[in-house]
Amino acid sequence: MNTFEYLLQGFAVASQPMYLFYALIGVTLGTLVGVLPGIGPALTVALLLPVTYQLDPGGSLIMFAGIYYGGMYGGSTTSILLNTPGESASIVTALEGNKMARAGRGGPALATAAIGSFVAGLFATIALAFIAPYIVKFALAFGPREYFALMVLAFVTVSAAFGDSTLRGLTSLFIGLALAIIGIDQLTGQTRLAFDVPDLLDGIEVTTLAVAMFAIGETLFVAAQGKRAPDKVEAVKGSLWMSKEDWKRSWKPWLRGTAIGFPIGAMPAGGADVSSFLSYSTEKQFSKHPEEFGHGAIEGVAGPEAANNASAAGTLVPLLTLGLPTTATAAIMLAGFQQFGLQPGPLLFATNPELVWGLIASLLIANFMLLVLNLPLIGLWVRLLTIPKPWLYAGILVFATLGTIGANPSVFELGMLLTFGLLGYFMRVFGYPIAPVVVGLILGPMAEQQLRRALAISQGDFSVLVTSPIAAGLLLLAALALIVPLVLRARGRGDVLTKMATDED
Amino acid sequence: MNEAPVKQAEERRPDWAALAIAAVLVVIALVIFLDASRLREMMGYSPVGPASVPMAIAGALVVLAIWTVFAGFRGDFPKREHQEIAPVAWIVGGLAAQMLLLTTAGFSIATGMLFALTAAGFGKRKFWISIPLGIVISFVVWAVFSQLLKLSLPAGPLEQLFF
Repeated sequence: MNTFEYLLQGFAVASQPMYLFYALIGVTLGTLVGVLPGIGPALTVALLLPVTYQLDPGGSLIMFAGIYYGGMYGGSTTSILLNTPGESASIVTALEGNKMARAGRGGPALATAAIGSFVAGLFATIALAFIAPYIVKFALAFGPREYFALMVLAFVTVSAAFGDSTLRGLTSLFIGLALAIIGIDQLTGQTRLAFDVPDLLDGIEVTTLAVAMFAIGETLFVAAQGKRAPDKVEAVKGSLWMSKEDWKRSWKPWLRGTAIGFPIGAMPAGGADVSSFLSYSTEKQFSKHPEEFGHGAIEGVAGPEAANNASAAGTLVPLLTLGLPTTATAAIMLAGFQQFGLQPGPLLFATNPELVWGLIASLLIANFMLLVLNLPLIGLWVRLLTIPKPWLYAGILVFATLGTIGANPSVFELGMLLTFGLLGYFMRVFGYPIAPVVVGLILGPMAEQQLRRALAISQGDFSVLVTSPIAAGLLLLAALALIVPLVLRARGRGDVLTKMATDED
Repeated sequence: MNEAPVKQAEERRPDWAALAIAAVLVVIALVIFLDASRLREMMGYSPVGPASVPMAIAGALVVLAIWTVFAGFRGDFPKREHQEIAPVAWIVGGLAAQMLLLTTAGFSIATGMLFALTAAGFGKRKFWISIPLGIVISFVVWAVFSQLLKLSLPAGPLEQLFF
């Protein structure tokens, strides 16, 4: 069968009424939670994972796809209407989008973001469908050493390549890796670092860690800032619709943003918001109105927003074809697969094609639902933004603990939630990134398994890791991704990398 | 942000937080090292066993700790903004209250306390409003998630009254 037939089969799966309903719930919940200030896509996905526990794998993943795309979209609404400095400063959409909203052009800003997201999601998901089979074919030739090299590369790009400090990125990563050791060793059955506590034998749940670090850590951090100037929600004045001029200025940035975002997301470098940053500077160069940049240029919303969404779809390429999560969101999605005993990767395409193609098809469906749903419901989303902070964060914590209690109603699990929440808070205070911890926790055991398999095959000879050209090439790339930013920062050119970093998505 | 030039006078003053962080990293490394050496004894010598990767991670943590110390002395650590302790204490108290009450008082009451104490951390100290509000919200959440979505959320006296 070729990609078209697979995709059609996927649509047949995804368009069953029950699955359509799950997708609709997914996008609605995703947008609802994603729109809340302080909640990014990674946290949205982590908070809503428990909602999908009781569904069958297909329905659960389809709802998940909706949550993912909905969360992405909701986040951009927040950045346009609410300029929250610090938290989403690196989300480029806020730069121009919030200026537009202040100038009374919030409607067109939201519209160009929504339609740009749709266009990007559409093209990027189709690209995903067509590229995935080739990568799967390629990846079938991968042995343990190639997988290990790939994971090392992912570790470096997630932790050290972007952000403002190699040291702090690597420290976060190794905290994640250290937490990953806890539990029963998958190859020998030995318990490690469990200290005879039965609750620790299964290791630390990715969702518990993610919810604790993102939701509780963030809540504590926001609370500790005390009374600062309240955030101002920009009212949506005037028409929601884009004028002819807006359309003319938007369509090229949408396409350029997609072209920039998808490849960056698909490469194991999606850990940072490089794509929207690159798209922003590209649009600035191409624009006929460069003087408007910084004062609300519509290109500066259309391009980065498309790039952002395209790269989100792009991160699904390594996740689905190689089982390799390159962002915190993808790491949590991987945990979502694992709860059903499914391991994404080339084999999943062979053993469970309905599931994979159903998922890809439902991404397209969710994307379309979002377009239909979002613009009419914008009033509701705006109202959500005006919930006073005390009730908002109290509610966030209710839902954050709900997920953990639902997965495992034990006092011990809640204790871990509190401990990691405090860890997340202190890491924020001292400027340590959060995403590498989450990625380290989920990818650490996988990397260890591949490494030990490779070394078992070679009977302990370490040179096996670099004697395959693919593995050697990937490790070389990883070394470059580690060293080049170090040199750049040492020369005081690190601010570019800082701007490219985001904690989530 | 840490790239901002440090004033000459401050240059030689170590950042105590950095030293503390380095110490914590060393302690974690030590714990991992001890656990791994126990495993190594148990498993006998093998080139790569369950102890190898933990040993490597412990080593890396020590290197990172040393690097952190250097960064602390060079003033490479970012400036911290002022943190208020009281709100953090309220919220941590809320989480602790929920944890302790969960099995005895049930989901709604325990989570209602979390809700009220978190709101208190953000300045809403009117408990006669926030505690009942929190319990009602948590009860609705409990009803939806445990009855409709079949999530196993612990029930207490309040939940048993209705279901």
